[in-house]
Amino acid sequence: MSPSLRRIWAMLIKEFHQLRRDRLTFGMIVGIPLVQLFLFGFAINNDPRHLRAALEVNDHSAFTRSIEGSLRASSYFDLQPAGTRPGAGEEMLRRGEVQFLIVIPPDFSRDLVRGEHPQLLVVADATDPAATGGATAAVQQAVMSGLGHDLIGSLAPLAPRPPPVDVVVQRRYNPEGITSHNIVPGLLAIVLSMTMVMLTSVSVARERERGTMENLLAMPLHPLEVMLGKILPYVFIGATQTTIIVAAAQLIFQVPFFGPVWLLALATLVFITVSLLLGFTLSTFAQTQLQAMQMSFFYILPSILLSGFMFPFRGMPGWAQTIGECIPVTHFLRVVRGVMLKGWGVGEALLPLGILAAMGLVFAFVAVRRYGDTLE
Amino acid sequence: MSAAPAIAVTGLTKSFGGRVVVDHVSLEVGQGRVCGFLGPNGSGKTTTLRMICGLLIPDSGSGTVLGLDLATSRGEIKRRIGYMTQRFGLFEDLTIRENLAFVADAYSLDNKHARVDAALDRLGLATRADQLAGKLSGGWKQRLALAACVLHEPQILLLDEPTAGVDPLARREFWDQIHVLAAEGVTVLVSTHYMDEAERCHDIAYIAYGVLLARGTAAEIVRDSGLAALTGEGPGADRLAPLLQQRPGVTMAAAFGPTLHIAGPDLAALRAAVKDVDPAIDWREAEPTLEDVFIHLMRSATDNSVGIAS
Ligand SMILES: Nc1ncnc2c1ncn2[C@@H]1O[C@H](COP(=O)(O)OP(=O)(O)OP(=O)(O)O)[C@@H](O)[C@H]1O
Ligand SMILES: [Mg+2]
Repeated sequence: MSPSLRRIWAMLIKEFHQLRRDRLTFGMIVGIPLVQLFLFGFAINNDPRHLRAALEVNDHSAFTRSIEGSLRASSYFDLQPAGTRPGAGEEMLRRGEVQFLIVIPPDFSRDLVRGEHPQLLVVADATDPAATGGATAAVQQAVMSGLGHDLIGSLAPLAPRPPPVDVVVQRRYNPEGITSHNIVPGLLAIVLSMTMVMLTSVSVARERERGTMENLLAMPLHPLEVMLGKILPYVFIGATQTTIIVAAAQLIFQVPFFGPVWLLALATLVFITVSLLLGFTLSTFAQTQLQAMQMSFFYILPSILLSGFMFPFRGMPGWAQTIGECIPVTHFLRVVRGVMLKGWGVGEALLPLGILAAMGLVFAFVAVRRYGDTLE
Repeated sequence: MSAAPAIAVTGLTKSFGGRVVVDHVSLEVGQGRVCGFLGPNGSGKTTTLRMICGLLIPDSGSGTVLGLDLATSRGEIKRRIGYMTQRFGLFEDLTIRENLAFVADAYSLDNKHARVDAALDRLGLATRADQLAGKLSGGWKQRLALAACVLHEPQILLLDEPTAGVDPLARREFWDQIHVLAAEGVTVLVSTHYMDEAERCHDIAYIAYGVLLARGTAAEIVRDSGLAALTGEGPGADRLAPLLQQRPGVTMAAAFGPTLHIAGPDLAALRAAVKDVDPAIDWREAEPTLEDVFIHLMRSATDNSVGIAS
């Protein structure tokens, strides 16, 4: 029995009607991309600023005032006095009122003038390492530039000297280091895989739970026809979500788009199909919708954490990178970021797209084999 | 019309998790016949029907359906039979019309709209065609399910308890329709728990614990059972069932209104059992019913299986 368009159409229309009547799911399809886009697009920031810091000043002089001034000017810190009671600053740090405690010790200015290299203590709440990294570097910077103006005349030898080598850093593709330029294209991958995998993963289990599976199997429908009929409606949904996200990326987050639009469209289509096939495959393993949901969560968490969406891919240990390479999101992320931010053409996108297509073929094969045409 | 049976299976066996659920069932149903498939809950009726329509692969056994081999032609068989599942199998979140249209597309039927409209008219659901199938009452759901499974004009109908929970009038109409289809040459294998429905079948197959125990027309099955029965009439006769049930030689005792019906394998033993009960009750010999036979068969099958197990 060769696949017939008529029977695929039968499944497609049925799925479409069911989806249309499932208001909540329908709402989620439009709601999820928008909510996640605004939530994460605006919320996630890898270069946090305006962190609360307590400043304990045990020595008042022109120098310490300069340091304080430049710390304030750096925009990394919202300074507040720690008071003079011993241990007050520590207390604030422990309670979480501040994330940094900056201590200027007694006799700081005297030691500075004498050339005795006084210490300036920065205590950071490093429970979240990412939150402190950028800021600690900023302290260094602020102290240097603050003192630079004061160490003149006879004090000039104490002033920070330019380093022997001038290191030039060019931040390519996202020169200002704007987090949303990285996050928003990534969200396209995450939102698509979430909705596509979840919606299809429950689809076969739902037929089983509702008792319609037996009837479907009793009809002369080929597994391939059932699968195509079940995933095609979601291709349109995925296309809608993509349009919403790409439009918002341009209009609201001003994410640059250097590569060809058609390439992104093609890549998205491939990725949507792969995600749907994966969801359908999961679906054939699940007896109930709850099991299907659990399985899709099991997939979605690593695709957020190990794909390079949240954390730098190359920063992970080798075994985690290997797992990451097996996740479709990883490859799609590379294409989306590549096309939008780096102006990738077909040449660069070919490898990740090829890997995605291969994954899709494997999923389709497994799904059709698993679906079968009997109740067993 | 060929004389070959529409359904002919031999030695169908199926087990789940090591438990034999259908045990060497052989069954032939002639073309145009309505065969009733009876048996207690869990006896393997649904499993047998599923094997016949290709939804389950038998562990052993073979057969032909419409002359097609069960092992090799499942796809073709699916196209030519109609199977009505025990549980409502249509989509509750689709309208009646959408459901029928889906079936028409799934079977690649021509004249889709005409067929769907005709089915709706026959059902008397033309005015409610745009109502969700899930909103229908139980009886109407069953009627819709039947309409859906005859839409492609199958040559064989496998109906799994099609009238469970349907009111008497609707059941009668349902059976009238089954006989109309049979008269047109459709072969029907229908499982049921209702005795009156069993009696409307051309012949009956009775299965218990996965074993086919009786086969034939209702009259043949009653005759072959060798059972005898008595009807007792008189004041308080109907209250005696629990007492007589205990006595040797009585397989079953049941009250029917004011009278009591008892049955057992031996007439003399039955008479002995009722002799000293109450002189006011008048006992007369009666025809054993199909129900008597089935309960008798079921009891002896339990005894057998217990005997084998111990
Ligand atoms: N897929 C399955 N896996 C395991 N056991 C099963 C399966 N299907 C049926 N059974 C078992 O096989 C036995 C026969 O079931 P079946 O549904 O065929 O009985 P039935 O005669 O249709 O009963 P009923 O009159 O209650 O519908 C039951 O004990 C049931 O629990
Ligand atoms: Mg059953």
